[in-house]
Amino acid sequence: MNKTIKIDGVEIPFKEGQTIMDAALAADIYIPHLCHKPGLSPHGSCKLCTVDVNGRAASSCTMPAAEGQEIENDTPALNEVRKTITQMLFIEGNHLCPSCEKTGDCTLQAIGYHLGMLDGHFPQFYPRREVDASHPTLVLDRDRCIMCELCVRASRECDGKNVFAISGRGTKRHLIVNSPTGRLADSDIELDDLAAHICPVGAILIKDHGYEVPIGRRTFDLHSVAETDLDEVILTKARHHDEGDDSGEKEGGVYGV
Amino acid sequence: MTPVKKREAYTVSKVRVATTSLAGCFGCHMSFLDMDERIVGLLEHVEFSRSPINDIKHCEPCDIGLIEGALCNADNVHVLKEFRENCKIVIAVGACAINGGVPAMRNHFTLQECLEEAFLDEIGVDNPHIPNDVEIPLLLSKVHPIHEVVKVDYYLPGCPPSADAFLKILTDLLEGKEPSLPKEMLHYD
Ligand code: SF4
Ligand code: SF4
Ligand code: FES
Repeated sequence: MNKTIKIDGVEIPFKEGQTIMDAALAADIYIPHLCHKPGLSPHGSCKLCTVDVNGRAASSCTMPAAEGQEIENDTPALNEVRKTITQMLFIEGNHLCPSCEKTGDCTLQAIGYHLGMLDGHFPQFYPRREVDASHPTLVLDRDRCIMCELCVRASRECDGKNVFAISGRGTKRHLIVNSPTGRLADSDIELDDLAAHICPVGAILIKDHGYEVPIGRRTFDLHSVAETDLDEVILTKARHHDEGDDSGEKEGGVYGV
Repeated sequence: MTPVKKREAYTVSKVRVATTSLAGCFGCHMSFLDMDERIVGLLEHVEFSRSPINDIKHCEPCDIGLIEGALCNADNVHVLKEFRENCKIVIAVGACAINGGVPAMRNHFTLQECLEEAFLDEIGVDNPHIPNDVEIPLLLSKVHPIHEVVKVDYYLPGCPPSADAFLKILTDLLEGKEPSLPKEMLHYD
């Protein structure tokens, strides 16, 4: 007999070992998330996926599903908290979307839209963060890094490398590169590594490409972030459309439109 | 001084709207005008006080103030405060007013670095000197969004917001409704 949990009153099955997030995604239920990708180990840092499990708040990407759980997900109260978290992510970094190459394809931005975020609410931090443009094909703009560690995990768990890590605490927290000089150019990251393409925001970008898809036809002009199948293709290693792949995948190839 | 009104009888109950551009590119105003002939319908319900559209310089008591642009100098702060004192409803329009937008990209550098780059070191600078005329408003050391200085009632994001989005927020307010943007009009770029 199938074991089940209930999300917003809907009964869904789960397999032993699945998290609430896994079970929800498999049942086509969207729980907002930024630091989670199916196939990578859960991280539990962004807290957007917070749900109420039997009346207690928990991160659905790390919480194992268990028989009989009653879970609240899509409620005005939880979405309000998620909006506040999203606002904090925006003001902590330098998210000036009109000047960002990721705009229209950015998951953080799309979550802002999904949650009806109109402003950042809090005073802007305007942190000064280092840009690393040393690599011939990749650029790392820490202004937009939300410390989700997707690149860290992709590099370790999929690429078999160990290019990235997060260092420091609080407002000093930042992404570091594992190379003798700390520069991307001296690391062993390559253009077709998953880590080069997995960034949900515009922190790791492919050089010489930008603003190629016109406004109105970008990923989140056409899709809502709540379409759960957008995540599925993530671990098929992304290839750039310049790399002899005519499948129509665009930059990053991460969200095939 | 009240502006001269044609057809006084019609305008008495009109909603007064003021608009201004602080540190911005006027793109939001251009987008506002993109509503084309629909502006005629709007003008049946709305009259403009201070606005670059009619070149009135000071904000009189108004119902709605639409503010484009961020705060980058002392005059911006002055104009913003005048708006807040005079407008019942203040709307932050566009990315610059909401989070500093493109003007806030200078926050990565010191003011001195910016001035030196623009007026001394930039290629092609003729007669290099940093302007210091008393008429020039003092620059703030950082660019700020407007909600950090005054209370903002509503936000209209976009770079710029579409004409449809302007029309939606104004129509909602004219109809006495809480303004809301449908998902397809919500953009930060
Ligand atoms: S990374 Fe996303 S949210 Fe940040 S500036 Fe770019 S488009 Fe906007
Ligand atoms: S660079 Fe991108 S993927 Fe890596 S931690 Fe920052 S936001 Fe996440
Ligand atoms: S997705 Fe669960 S904490 Fe980020």
